[in-house]
Amino acid sequence: MAKTKQTKNGTVEKKLIGLADLVITAAQRAKDPTMAIPIRALSNVTFNERKGLLEMGHKKQARSFFNVGMAKKFMQTMLVADALSELQRAELTTSLREIYYRTKHTIQDSHENTFDTQDESDPIIEDLEVSLVALREELHVRAENGGSVVGPLVLGDDGDRVDCAKLGKGGYSVPSIVEPEYVEIRRCTADFVLLVEKGTQWNRLSEDKFWRRYNCVLLTGNGQPPRGVRRLARRLHEEYRLPVYVLVDNDPWGYYIYSVVKQGSINLAFESQRMAIPKAKFIGLSSADPERYELPRNVGIKLNEKDIARAKELLNYQWFQKPAWQAEIKRMLTSGLKYELDALANKDFQYLTKKYLPRKLKEKDWLD
Amino acid sequence: MATHKPPVSAAKSVFPSKIPPQPPASKKTGPRADSAVTAVEMGARQREISVSEFFTKNRHLLGFDNPRKALLTCVKEAVDNALDACEEAGILPEVTVQLEVVATGPSAVPPVSQATRFRITVTDNGPGIVRQQIPRIFAKLLYGSKFHRLRMSRGQQGIGISAAGMYGQLTTGKPVKIISRTGPKAAAHYFEVQIDTKKNEPLVHENKQIQWEQPRGTQVAIEVEGRYQKGRASVDEYLEQTSIANPHVRLIYRTPEGDTKEYPRAYHELPPSPKEIKPHPYGIEFGMLLKMLHEAKSQTLSSFLSSEFCRVTPALADEMCIAAKVSPKAKPRDIRGAIAETLYQTIQATKIMAPPTNCLSPIGEKAILSGLYKQIKGEFYTAVSRPPSVYRGNPFIIEAGLAFGKAPDGATKPEKPAMPLAEGEQEEGDSELARVIRYANRVPLLYQQSACATFKAVLATTWRNYGIAQSRGALPAGPMVIFVHIASVWVPFTSESKEAIAEYDEIHKEITLALRECGRRLGLFLRRRERAASEFRRRNIFELYIEEVVEACNRLKGGKLPTEKLKAQLHKIASSRTGGIKTDETLGKTGAGPEGLPHSIIVTADGIEGDAPPTPHVSRTIVPVTEVPDGIRIEENRPSSKPGRRQTAKPAPAKRGARRDAAVPSFAKMGSVAQPAGAVRTRRKAQLTRKKR
Ligand SMILES: Nc1ncnc2c1ncn2[C@@H]1O[C@H](COP(=O)(O)OP(=O)(O)O)[C@@H](O)[C@H]1O
Ligand SMILES: [Mg+2]
Repeated sequence: MAKTKQTKNGTVEKKLIGLADLVITAAQRAKDPTMAIPIRALSNVTFNERKGLLEMGHKKQARSFFNVGMAKKFMQTMLVADALSELQRAELTTSLREIYYRTKHTIQDSHENTFDTQDESDPIIEDLEVSLVALREELHVRAENGGSVVGPLVLGDDGDRVDCAKLGKGGYSVPSIVEPEYVEIRRCTADFVLLVEKGTQWNRLSEDKFWRRYNCVLLTGNGQPPRGVRRLARRLHEEYRLPVYVLVDNDPWGYYIYSVVKQGSINLAFESQRMAIPKAKFIGLSSADPERYELPRNVGIKLNEKDIARAKELLNYQWFQKPAWQAEIKRMLTSGLKYELDALANKDFQYLTKKYLPRKLKEKDWLD
Repeated sequence: MATHKPPVSAAKSVFPSKIPPQPPASKKTGPRADSAVTAVEMGARQREISVSEFFTKNRHLLGFDNPRKALLTCVKEAVDNALDACEEAGILPEVTVQLEVVATGPSAVPPVSQATRFRITVTDNGPGIVRQQIPRIFAKLLYGSKFHRLRMSRGQQGIGISAAGMYGQLTTGKPVKIISRTGPKAAAHYFEVQIDTKKNEPLVHENKQIQWEQPRGTQVAIEVEGRYQKGRASVDEYLEQTSIANPHVRLIYRTPEGDTKEYPRAYHELPPSPKEIKPHPYGIEFGMLLKMLHEAKSQTLSSFLSSEFCRVTPALADEMCIAAKVSPKAKPRDIRGAIAETLYQTIQATKIMAPPTNCLSPIGEKAILSGLYKQIKGEFYTAVSRPPSVYRGNPFIIEAGLAFGKAPDGATKPEKPAMPLAEGEQEEGDSELARVIRYANRVPLLYQQSACATFKAVLATTWRNYGIAQSRGALPAGPMVIFVHIASVWVPFTSESKEAIAEYDEIHKEITLALRECGRRLGLFLRRRERAASEFRRRNIFELYIEEVVEACNRLKGGKLPTEKLKAQLHKIASSRTGGIKTDETLGKTGAGPEGLPHSIIVTADGIEGDAPPTPHVSRTIVPVTEVPDGIRIEENRPSSKPGRRQTAKPAPAKRGARRDAAVPSFAKMGSVAQPAGAVRTRRKAQLTRKKR
């Protein structure tokens, strides 16, 4: 746990206490205590074409205590709310996992645990984020640090000056909370942001000092970029007007990562407002690239059933309706193959740094 | 055994000299000559059979096939007589049965399992027997008061007790010892009698007036060769089953091991005294009709018919005569041969009102319930008395009952360590088969189960319809006792040994209807209990989480919450959302009667509901009754780890439960006032513990 910097605890804590009041009031009126939780699913997400981002709808789901199917979740929600309010009072931040351990115990007179796995507590924290309209950092909950950044960027973190151009090839580990109260962007002279899906490719680019040559900020989130990485990219985009390019594997998962960066995730659509980068561009790997860059067929991987199903799902998403995107996804389906970024090494270890990206940037070969 | 003249005095040794051999009748008798016997020779061998010979040859018919069964039969004859006599005299029976091991020869008294000789002493509080009758009743076969009339009773042929005495005499040589007293003002008489086995006449060895502590009643002691072994068809089983079907009897059993078991009286009314009736024309066989015609005292056939039979009015008698083309004025003695046969057929073809049924004395639903409840540990009891019906002119009533739940012998089973039941696991005992207990005129039938109409009807009933497992052609499976009783002036047994009931269509139908009704109620109970249990499980889930939610709320509110109040409010909502009072009721938490289940008792951890008798539940186990200090109830020898059930150690939450605890009056009071706050918790704990088992 770590001490929080400054707090607007008052409101969040009030909201959490509101849950207790909800139970008390219902009990007084002999009613079933019920909370309304916004639905975090595709069915409750709309794509705002004008803004270019996903917005959460108003559909809510009742969570009642006196319902056999929901009783446990209700009880768990109260326990998590209690733990979160404890964080507020103590002015501490913590991780999802610590919340899990904090709230886990055996129910009195039984063999039943309040939580059996972290998979049960994580979604409840997200439920509370959306229903209380509180950001995760406002709830003092951190995600794991999962990203790195190098480039001509100077940050202030806990009063320390962090010059991301002077951190060797390892770069700066992006904290999960990068709101201005926590991380200050002191200076940024880059021309664009390159967000790379995989750490291996980021390492390659960092080692090759690609960022110096092309004057960019190199970011990675090691897979699906965590909030901190997405938020940092967004801040650079917003505060420094930097274009953001996304480099992912050529598979449905890569497309989805790009779409999350661009218009937000279905699960946390309410975060899109401050996370999404509607102008982000998909720089690769495109299903057109193997041909264009003459990648041999044998470095491709056959699409499995899940890939195919997922790709078809993407074809239906409103935000993939642009003809270029329909063509992109269909091309992958027709070829029946997916390609990892690593496959570029087939041509040359530095092919990505020296050939692929330079040509992409030069040709402005990206998708919107 | 129709006639008993004194047996011929000629002994075998003297007979050849008295009747000289006849010369051969013919030379040409062919190959049969050597072995052929003439009518004269045969005539010479024809003689009266002595009762002892008859007895020895037919002991199996009378229930003395082997030493174990013989012991039971002797007890049974004496107890049946005691009960018959008490009931006829309008006395609530109190019967003591004592079995003692007797040493044979000079050796020491052997252990019970090795013993071959027993003294059976049966004492009743009945009307007693007048002095002059005592020798003949106990030492003359076929002497009794019940044979000559058509009336429902246990004994019928006047062969019972004297046969038992005869068996004792034949196997041990000891006389039957009787004490009898007809009232507090009369003297008690002591007799020792034996049968003169040649003459079938009593021999009195001893006859004196004695002092007897009982103001009235009879005691008979017989020494017999026998074997004592518990289990199926044992004396113990007979007494237990007798006590079930005769809850108005107080039965004390002093076992050969020297223990005392008491079967308390659970029902305080005597069964209504059955009336005597005349035979119904449909019930008479042709030979019997001929005999009756021959012995008739009436002058005319018409008056014969209307006076000897029930439900035959003079007009109907005339009508039948005319239909049979005989004069109503004909002399009964003259009706023979073809005419008699036509008459017989005409009678059978005439529509005659069913016989009166007041000659029957059913046990009654209430009494069956109290009997079952008293002796069998269960969770559900029900009883059905069918309306009277008739087979072959004999009125009868079928009664059935059911006790479902824990095995009746649960008390004697070794306790198993309590283990939480895994999913799909069931309480042990669900694989056991039902036990059928059968009765004819309140007497348990302990042999030849599979030949009995009652047993066949149990097999033929589709118990699956009522939620009970049953393999094809087998007894239903489950911890249950099925009770079937036939009450009739003439119970149709399959054989002389009176062990199984014959399968007349009417009887089968009635048994089946009674069983179906029992099954239907059981099914209802099981379904309702299942539904309630699932509601209860739901409620349990909520109750489990209420604590957590309330504590979380309290912490959120900075620890300033009146938590008990919030808990109570939530518990109330939980209860109302899970069937509320209905669930409580079905689970037996309110003490209200079982709705929609007539003549039934439901027993649950917290008490009982239904027509439960108010008697305290006294043990079937071996507890010296006299040594129980005041205020301490004799508890069953059940594993005490089972919480709740019939416990006296906590306030009884149900009114009925309180009634049951009559021996501890303060509990009755507590049951009617509001429960102390701790009670709810205690009960919840108990439930949880039970869940874990
Ligand atoms: N304990 C008894 N008290 C009074 N009467 C008895 C008792 N035992 C037997 N009797 C009388 O003796 C008769 C003969 O009994 P028993 O030989 O058993 O034949 P049954 O019972 O078939 O009539 C009975 O009918 C009854 O009148
Ligand atoms: Mg008798």
